[in-house]
Amino acid sequence: MIAAHLPALQIVLPLAAAPLCLLLRRGTLAWALALAASWAALVCAALLLRQVLISGPISYELGSWAAPWGIEYRVDAVNGFVLLIVAAVGAVILPYARTSVAHELPEEQHATFYTAFLLCLTGLLGVTITGDAFNLFVFLEISSLSSYVLIALGRDRRALTAAFQYLVMGTIGATFIVIGVGLLYMATGTLNMMDLAERLPPLAGNRTVLVAFAFLTVGTGLKLALFPLHFWLPNAYAYAPSVVTGFLAATATKVSVYVLLRFFFTVFGVGYSFEVLSVGKLLIPLAAIAILVCSTVAIFQNDVKRMLAYSSIAQIGYMIMGIGFATTTGLTAGILHLFNHAMMKGGLFLALGCVFLRVGSVRLEALHGLGKRMPLTMFSFVLGGLSLVGVPLTVGFISKWYLVQAALERDDWILAVVVLVGSLLALVYVWRVVEAAYFKPAPEGAAKVEEAPLSMLIPTWVLIGASIYFGIDTSLTVGVARQAAAQLIGGAS
Amino acid sequence: MIADLPPGLILILGAILVPFLPGRLRQLYLLALPVLGGLQLYGLEHGSFAQTQIFGYQLTLLRVDALSVVFGTIFLITAFLNVIYGLHQRDAVQEAAALVYSGAAIGAVFVGDLISLFVFWELTAISSVFLIWASRNERAYRAGMRYLIIQVGSGVILLAGVILHAQATGSIAFDRLGLTNLATALIFIAFGIKCAFPFLHNWMQDAYPEATVVGTVVLSAFTTKLAIYALARAFPGTEILIYIGAIMTVFPVFFAVIENDLRRVLAFSLNNQLGFMVVGIGVGTPVALNGAISHAFVHIIYKALLFMSMGAVLHRVGTVKASELGGLFRSMPLTAVFCMVGAASISAFPLFSGFVTKSLTLTGVAEAGYVITWLVLVFASAGVLEHSGIKIPYFAFFAHDSGLRCREAPANMLIAMGLAAFLCIFLGVYPEPLYAMLPYQVDYEPYTTSHVLSQLQLLFFAMLAFAVLIRTGLYPAERPSTNLNTDWIYRKALPALVRWAMTVGAAVRDGVLARGRRRLERALVQITRHHGPEGILARTVTTGNTVLWVALLLAVMLLLNFV
Repeated sequence: MIAAHLPALQIVLPLAAAPLCLLLRRGTLAWALALAASWAALVCAALLLRQVLISGPISYELGSWAAPWGIEYRVDAVNGFVLLIVAAVGAVILPYARTSVAHELPEEQHATFYTAFLLCLTGLLGVTITGDAFNLFVFLEISSLSSYVLIALGRDRRALTAAFQYLVMGTIGATFIVIGVGLLYMATGTLNMMDLAERLPPLAGNRTVLVAFAFLTVGTGLKLALFPLHFWLPNAYAYAPSVVTGFLAATATKVSVYVLLRFFFTVFGVGYSFEVLSVGKLLIPLAAIAILVCSTVAIFQNDVKRMLAYSSIAQIGYMIMGIGFATTTGLTAGILHLFNHAMMKGGLFLALGCVFLRVGSVRLEALHGLGKRMPLTMFSFVLGGLSLVGVPLTVGFISKWYLVQAALERDDWILAVVVLVGSLLALVYVWRVVEAAYFKPAPEGAAKVEEAPLSMLIPTWVLIGASIYFGIDTSLTVGVARQAAAQLIGGAS
Repeated sequence: MIADLPPGLILILGAILVPFLPGRLRQLYLLALPVLGGLQLYGLEHGSFAQTQIFGYQLTLLRVDALSVVFGTIFLITAFLNVIYGLHQRDAVQEAAALVYSGAAIGAVFVGDLISLFVFWELTAISSVFLIWASRNERAYRAGMRYLIIQVGSGVILLAGVILHAQATGSIAFDRLGLTNLATALIFIAFGIKCAFPFLHNWMQDAYPEATVVGTVVLSAFTTKLAIYALARAFPGTEILIYIGAIMTVFPVFFAVIENDLRRVLAFSLNNQLGFMVVGIGVGTPVALNGAISHAFVHIIYKALLFMSMGAVLHRVGTVKASELGGLFRSMPLTAVFCMVGAASISAFPLFSGFVTKSLTLTGVAEAGYVITWLVLVFASAGVLEHSGIKIPYFAFFAHDSGLRCREAPANMLIAMGLAAFLCIFLGVYPEPLYAMLPYQVDYEPYTTSHVLSQLQLLFFAMLAFAVLIRTGLYPAERPSTNLNTDWIYRKALPALVRWAMTVGAAVRDGVLARGRRRLERALVQITRHHGPEGILARTVTTGNTVLWVALLLAVMLLLNFV
């Protein structure tokens, strides 16, 4: 009975818990509820993915309204995987949040924080699970609005302007998406993705569909910080509270990448997106520029959070490049990197949160000598950094391996070199942190620094550990990514 | 022993425990690991084991054949000697790094595929740099950094080559590759960097003398010989190796003679010795290959012995500058004797290990008909005698009395040197066990009258020349014009030619470097302008401008698709 309603529970549980958090008022209680809700969401996501892998896609009609008219939730290997990523990151980060939030936010905002956090989680899960184009927009707005709140909660005054800019840009993105969805509705008379996929092919020459495609691409590109639409991201990540940065970096952009995948491959179909319109020709150069330029910018940053934010844009470049190839290997690499990057970047931002808790700053100067004073935190950072570089035995290597293979399959030398150069650039910026932490002496008269509390270290190490574990045992990640890629390339399923 | 466990892994995994063990126990443990590795090695049968699949490629972690067993054996022996030599120190970082490094080199020798090779290849680079950094000073840190960049660079080039090779052939087997296309050329260059080919060699003289006393000894054994092994495995009979090797044997001679830091002299002579092996591999006939491999085997021992003796001097006196040493035989008689054994071996005196292997290589070269190469090698042999055979012991232990008085080297160092010296003489007198290990059948008799006589002639004339020059005061350490050779023509003409070529080469190089540096600086300024914290690409962009980008991208998409 319950198993049949898993797709609904996936969304309803965190959604229902969110207002309760606000009513509870007390920070600790709200935290406990949020924790419970996020773990329940993780269980749902895991069960869903298992079910999908065993018995194929699940379709769930919300309120028993039949599909093309009612809202359909649809889980296949692609979004089952993304659901798991989002839910897992949420579930790992919440135990961490308690200490970090208590340190960074005033007491009276705690309940608000957990409410917004759960809403954001709901939105992200909803975007992922829904099979309805307009419903997708609604969930996207839920996650975006709550993430504006989360970012604005940052202690730095600049967080407000950053959140405001993100709000404007995010709203433009969402508007573009809704315009695109509206145009699609105009052309086809349906909002259900499966239905769209059936009705769109005969309309291949239709100008309305083409404009819809352009709006959807640009709107989603904004949300996922596609170069050169990324300008909102560095500030938003740099000034948000540590937990929020970790959560958004690991999930929000990934979900947007998923949306892009869904529209390109399922709704419009690979033939229309990449052969009729050749969107790959636009995406791949942008991705390559993102990798080179943003990695270089990251090298020059002195605020480590900002450094990682720029690195995120570069890493998104890797995913977009994989998607742009529109081959099975390329897609596998893109989807794989979705997961891998969520693990390593989440872990890295959490490690930075630990540093911020103890030192009060994440500028490079503040990290001097931390290797000795916070050994576990800094070592987790080093491991995450190695993964970012793509050293063998880390997840970063696995993604890059597939990406380089995909590039070579197309005989595209230059892009393979771009990927490798990107790794070298990553080595430089990661090294700057390592040098500061391990080779520079602690400043004279610096206050004594303790290692971060276990409640924060364990989640950090869970993510970092995952980014090592899945670098060695790739059967789950590569298996799912390959199945998802095959499904997307194979057309609507 | 445990089936299918690669011997290298015993050392690598064993190293994890090192920091946690207390004094005595740790020493025993350190000694036990190479012994365990050796036992494991001798329990192995020939064949391929420990295979696993990754990315659809088959990895072979343990491929046992004659070639890998020879190198595995000598690496394990050296690892054991190194542990003894380093027993006096209390530095977990160095001990663990040396073990991981040795283990990685041994691991690399036994792998049967290129991906595993790459992993161990990088591991040797990363673990060995800690031996340099363990000196814990600014110079060592910088030299280590340069070393690391070059070594990791070699790994990256290797990986690029491997990927291309796998793409082109679908095979990642680490067997004879041959220099045929871009993929194998990249692999060749990667090997060449580690092997210190001419113009790719600077890292060695740069980094080795900066490492710790023990670190240099450890470093000298593995990195380059791993490269020799890899070349012997993948590129035997590649003709270009003959010329590369010939150059390698000659040019360090001149540098070594004028160099004042004795450990750096040894680093140059290491380069020269590698040249002999590279030539042997390049010739590629069974005799020449046997020569190269056996030369690598004995070379590791006597080179380690020489580095050990200089390390002992450095440990006691605090310097190895030729100009500041002298007369140390009074204080360190045993070290002096061991050093002379090493010197005699490297100079290939009959009854010392160098003789039985170097003549094998030379015979191989001569039999294959490379007359000029043969002459170059003979010339280089005399050069070896000059800088390693005579210069090292002479300036350190004899020459003018520097007045330095110190204690004899620590007991553990003496034991390590003694064992190495014993091996040098033992293999020199009784080379049959070594010959029996070689991959090809050997019916070679080193001690024939003609071999012994010609070698002695060479050596005695070189020594005579040295003696004459010292007597007449023509051999000051800083004068470059004292390159003694078998032949007067070589002695006069070639150094001048080389000096001239060096000057011109240096001028060209400096010019190119200066121009390159200016360009790089300009480029960096540009990059900083655009990518720096205040650069246009990193600035906080106003919302309006961002929206402009959005509009622009939309317009581009629509235009692209409408047209």
